[in-house]
Amino acid sequence: MLRLGSDVYLRMVGHCFDGLPEEACGLLGGNPASGLASICYPTRNDAASSKLYTVNPLDHLKADRDAEAHGLEIIGVFHSHTHTDAYPSPTDVAQAPDPAWHYVLVSLRDEAPMVRSYRIVDGNITEEPVVLG
Amino acid sequence: MPVEVRLPTILRQDAGGQATVKANGATLADVFADLTRQFPNLAGKVVTEDGALHKFVNVYVNDDDVRYLDKLDTKVADDDVVSILPAVAGG
Repeated sequence: MLRLGSDVYLRMVGHCFDGLPEEACGLLGGNPASGLASICYPTRNDAASSKLYTVNPLDHLKADRDAEAHGLEIIGVFHSHTHTDAYPSPTDVAQAPDPAWHYVLVSLRDEAPMVRSYRIVDGNITEEPVVLG
Repeated sequence: MPVEVRLPTILRQDAGGQATVKANGATLADVFADLTRQFPNLAGKVVTEDGALHKFVNVYVNDDDVRYLDKLDTKVADDDVVSILPAVAGG
């Protein structure tokens, strides 16, 4: 289960809308044991594409240091799908860097954003509930 | 010359669970060789068998991305912090 602070949810979705027409991405800082993401780190998308994302490495480094300063860790990554479902693409699965992370998809296909979260382990995708608050 | 090496979560299990370790070397290549001597399970995960930086990691010496410095030939000094982060990408 992924728990999102309400400010984290808003910041994440806001960043995704701001990124249009390209995919937007960012990292989530939190407690890996409890699955609570308490800090949203919007990052630059170095791919600058509507179909691909690459988290800017310097933004990642800063997020990693900031999370550590708060006694937290990076526990996941979010990115938007501008025209498709909030479901990991084959590229997302192939490039998932850490089996312990939460992978959050924000679909902007419809008027209302759709947010879903997944675990990706050894190529297997398992959806998990997202709880706000 | 000991530097501090910060490991990403996925590599910590190969370093006895540690998030930060010390390693010696004058260049990054030396530092990673020392790291692999200390923790053999790290072999091939940061530096490939061809002796190049792995495509799916990003390495910083303090605030500088080593791809824009001298890559594995980047010199390091006492108390420098080497940060290893996974490349995070998808579609």
